[in-house]
Amino acid sequence: MSLDKATVAKVANLARIKIEEKDLEPMAAELNNILGWVEQLGEVDTDNVEPMTSVAEMRLRWRADEVTDGGYVEDVVANAPGGEDGYFAVPKVIE
Amino acid sequence: MSDLTKLTIAAARDGLAKGDFSSRELTAAHITAMTASKPLNAYITETPEQAVDAATASDARRAKGEAGKLEGIPLAIKDLFCTKGVLTTAASHILDGFTPHYESTVTANLWGAGAVMLGKVNLDEFAMGSSNETSYYGNVVNPWRRDGDDTALVPGGSSGGSASAVASFSAMGATGTDTGGSIRQPASFTGIVGMKPTYGRCSRWGVVAFASSLDQPGPMARTVRDTAIMLESMAGFDAKDSTSVNMPVPNFEDALTGDIKGLRIGIPKEYRIDGLSDEIDALWQKGIDWLKDAGAEIVDISLPHTKYALPAYYIIAPAEASSNLARYDGVRFGLRVEGKDLNDMYASTRAEGFGDEVKRRLLIGTYALSAGYYDAYYLKAQKVRARIAEDFKQAYLSVDAILTPTAPSAAFGFGEKGDDPLEMYLNDVFTVPASLAGLPGISVPAGLSKESLPLGLQLLGKPFDEETVFRVAGVLEEAAGFTAKPTDWWRG
Repeated sequence: MSLDKATVAKVANLARIKIEEKDLEPMAAELNNILGWVEQLGEVDTDNVEPMTSVAEMRLRWRADEVTDGGYVEDVVANAPGGEDGYFAVPKVIE
Repeated sequence: MSDLTKLTIAAARDGLAKGDFSSRELTAAHITAMTASKPLNAYITETPEQAVDAATASDARRAKGEAGKLEGIPLAIKDLFCTKGVLTTAASHILDGFTPHYESTVTANLWGAGAVMLGKVNLDEFAMGSSNETSYYGNVVNPWRRDGDDTALVPGGSSGGSASAVASFSAMGATGTDTGGSIRQPASFTGIVGMKPTYGRCSRWGVVAFASSLDQPGPMARTVRDTAIMLESMAGFDAKDSTSVNMPVPNFEDALTGDIKGLRIGIPKEYRIDGLSDEIDALWQKGIDWLKDAGAEIVDISLPHTKYALPAYYIIAPAEASSNLARYDGVRFGLRVEGKDLNDMYASTRAEGFGDEVKRRLLIGTYALSAGYYDAYYLKAQKVRARIAEDFKQAYLSVDAILTPTAPSAAFGFGEKGDDPLEMYLNDVFTVPASLAGLPGISVPAGLSKESLPLGLQLLGKPFDEETVFRVAGVLEEAAGFTAKPTDWWRG
């Protein structure tokens, strides 16, 4: 599997990272270098192996579905660029 | 008064308890050292006034007989831990001006034990790097230099600022985080001790996330005992971290019995990689001999999937990072770059806010998780990871701990491994496998390279058996008798 320029552009869009047209080709080369090296994982027999999902053998804990925290809007929005009146602000989405 | 910055945490604790000096005096000595260490660029944010206030409060607690386990000890905090009211950057442009309104659990635990914060220390951006060359706040410099050569060397990464601060005596200890070796490798490069606990031992709550199934906070200090003292205060169950493990925290210092008679130490043959330098190999052999002389039984073991750990890691870690770092959107905190619409604002903010290595990993991770490739990359890597973990499980049926080198080389110069990311990734060849398996590991300074740079040996243990790791590390440290120090050239 090798990434071409168009795939890099698509992935960059999925990742919401703007990449200039002239940088797509070098980035494709860099990513292919890494992905080519990763190909060696194909040598490992993983038939009947469950993917690892947790390093310690544990189950996620359950807790009561109740409010335990909150009520400080000012703290939540304090670091927001351009937020006001307890709201986050974003560019206009609906015309 | 002798130089208080040269004390170990254990000695400072005893001196404070006896009233030989106050936390104010101890803290003031470190603030002076921190100010003098600017050429190392270890600190992103210094908090001297806050440190003096905390030291004063600490002395007052002690006077009332309320001294905690780290009472009055000045520490540096990796700038990946959220600290209430103090700028927290993750060494990234995208977190410009971010000042948390909450405190990470690990740092809250440290302050609860009486520790004093000196400042926030530098790191690779979002902890992605092995040389501290990816920080938005500039390179951190290793206090060590090659014999007769003043070329600046990297401190390792990602906890490079932590390592540099501790090795240059501007902090008695520091917090680090380890995802694939980010505590152990810089400890090896700077001649200090770094301990990555078992995954789940220290809470990740309030630590800026990189790869959530791998990230683990841990202590860095100048002796094994000091890391044991720190870890006891850092660790503990936290309901706010879903993978925090609910089990008692032992007194790790008590584990340092000095007695390893009859313990079985595994030597994995797969770590004898092609091109392993003679001096690393010789140091490893010395370590084997030291442990044997102390009464341990040396056992040859095999961890057959070792060579696949790095490629598996470089799928899993970027995949998790691509998910975690989706939160940096220019809306809720940090940098915002305006765009012609919402999507353009996101993409422009992230293009300007992230550095090259972070972008590279986010793209790899996004690709590995994207429709049609998930099975081939992410799922495959998680299956390989299961086999790596199984290798360790099998090995631990016959051994109590495993001894390996920490890193394949001593510290190197800036830009020496710049062009090919893969060359940089190889730094973590000995540390990544245990990260994937979630196991505890420690790097202990064990000798000097032919250029007089520190080299570490790594000990790995069974899950939640940090005590055996500390016990063997203490014996290794004693046998190695590593007393070399960098000359303090940075004081000018």
